[in-house]
Amino acid sequence: MSDLTHTPDLSLTDRITGALSRVTPGRIIVTLLLLLGAWLMVFPFLWMVSSSLKPTSEVFDSDFTLWPKTFAGWQNYYDVLVTQPYLRYLTNSMIVCVGILVVQLATAVPAAYALAKLKFRGSTILLGTVIACLTVPINVTSIPIYLGLVKAGLLDTYLSMMFPFLVSVFAIFLFRQFFRAYPDSIIQAARVDGFTEIEIVLRLILPAAVPAAAAFSVFSFVSHWNDLYWPLIVVQSQEKMTATLSMMQYKSTFDINYGRTFAAATVVTVPMLLVFLFARRAFVRGITMSGVKG
Amino acid sequence: MSAPLLQRRQARLAYAMVAPAIVLILLIYIGPMIAVVLASLTDYTLISDYWEWVGFANYIKMFGDAQFGNALRNTAVYAAVFLPCAFVIPLWLAISIQKRKQFRSVFEILYFMPVTSTLTAMALVWSALMDSRQGILNEWLGNIGIGPVNFLGSPEVVLFSLAGISLWAIIGFNMVLFIAGLTAIPRSLYDAARIDGADHPVDEFLRVTWPALAPTSVFVAVTSSITAFKLFDTVAILTQGQPAHASEVFLYLTFLEGFEYFNMGYAAALSVFFLGVIFVFALIQTLMADKAAE
Repeated sequence: MSDLTHTPDLSLTDRITGALSRVTPGRIIVTLLLLLGAWLMVFPFLWMVSSSLKPTSEVFDSDFTLWPKTFAGWQNYYDVLVTQPYLRYLTNSMIVCVGILVVQLATAVPAAYALAKLKFRGSTILLGTVIACLTVPINVTSIPIYLGLVKAGLLDTYLSMMFPFLVSVFAIFLFRQFFRAYPDSIIQAARVDGFTEIEIVLRLILPAAVPAAAAFSVFSFVSHWNDLYWPLIVVQSQEKMTATLSMMQYKSTFDINYGRTFAAATVVTVPMLLVFLFARRAFVRGITMSGVKG
Repeated sequence: MSAPLLQRRQARLAYAMVAPAIVLILLIYIGPMIAVVLASLTDYTLISDYWEWVGFANYIKMFGDAQFGNALRNTAVYAAVFLPCAFVIPLWLAISIQKRKQFRSVFEILYFMPVTSTLTAMALVWSALMDSRQGILNEWLGNIGIGPVNFLGSPEVVLFSLAGISLWAIIGFNMVLFIAGLTAIPRSLYDAARIDGADHPVDEFLRVTWPALAPTSVFVAVTSSITAFKLFDTVAILTQGQPAHASEVFLYLTFLEGFEYFNMGYAAALSVFFLGVIFVFALIQTLMADKAAE
């Protein structure tokens, strides 16, 4: 009996002394710095959500409390989602991001397959062009594209908001690297079995491309949701305003109603926080595929 | 099926597969890039339809333009603050977090949270935190006897404050790249170094981690430099280049010239300069990546 009660005690004290012996001043400092840094990372989010639940008078109160003393959350979010056109803005962002993504995938997957697995004249030039375009950001080409859209009378349309991003050279490059790793022997065997090239793409390559496509999709969606530069140039009306662009209403001077301002900021950020929570791994895979292994 | 027939059929299919991508690349990249160079040789403004060729006048104007010099200087100061921190802090975080058994994923999640969030919305939160009179940062600084600091309203401080916000947004991104690089280093390298007598962590870092991490480091350094040169969102929403042009950075000046003043010819010359800078970065990356691979 005494043995049974003693043994766990001993191992517990052992473990504690073992753990304590590993605790050095250096480790304590590192842990404290990591915690402090993590707090700085998260605090703006906590402050934003907390302020979105407060009445204006309390947002800049000198004694900050995480939970509001007077709860104004219902009113603030009602104002943003019902009285103000934020649902419209969110829908616009959604339409633009989904539209961009669908066309990007539809153009990049076949092009990448052809570059990776098929022989045709000019493939080297095309690949070189794709790689060269990888480094060209929208900021360089924005003026001619904008002028073209003005001449075509397309400003302030969904098409103009999506246009510069309808082809992703990054996606073509990424998928090409991915398809190249696909074994040729399987493709040859499928050809011998009488599969047409289109069947090979649809039935063999597409399923194999799903992980890369998922990673790219999250990456593309996040970057276009968060884009401010291009909507700022082509959007002119409230009807086409994106969620991110709507934040420009608060530039330099805030809405007099601070609580409502941060409720709006929360509404704009929440979709990306959901993406972060549910697709963080895919997003990280997208980044690391682009850089380290690319 | 005979081999030449199969090849011809493959080539035909390949052209069909790359055609949409080629058309879009021509419309979105190649055409606009040629057009931006041509436009930079004209005095075109959107306001009047009349324009003429002016040769290199826009470029001559650019190098004599005080606003251009000011914007380059601001960008350089901002980058000098931002870049070392955007490299060293994530590297330290990656090494400290990667070694941990407990809480590793918790730290990864917390530090990564700002990366996907909408910077334009979070910039509003930061400007509230940085408010010169009621902001919580000044309250904290006041508690340790510093301040108050006019983070966004003082010409001497504003670039540091913008760099701080950008760091908050990028640290998690670079950390994830470094973690991916660290995980790819084979354990055997560390074992071999230990046999050679590298037992101190600093020794281990200098002899194994740093050289093996070189390709990742080059990638992080170059992409962060381009990010620094592309600073736009926080300036557009928080300062609009103020106070007294102290936060007017390169891309914001280009945006103003093109889309606020409609000096398309001059803005095109600035865009071509931007393309040149990006090209230099890409060249450095290629050269250094080759060297790092040795």
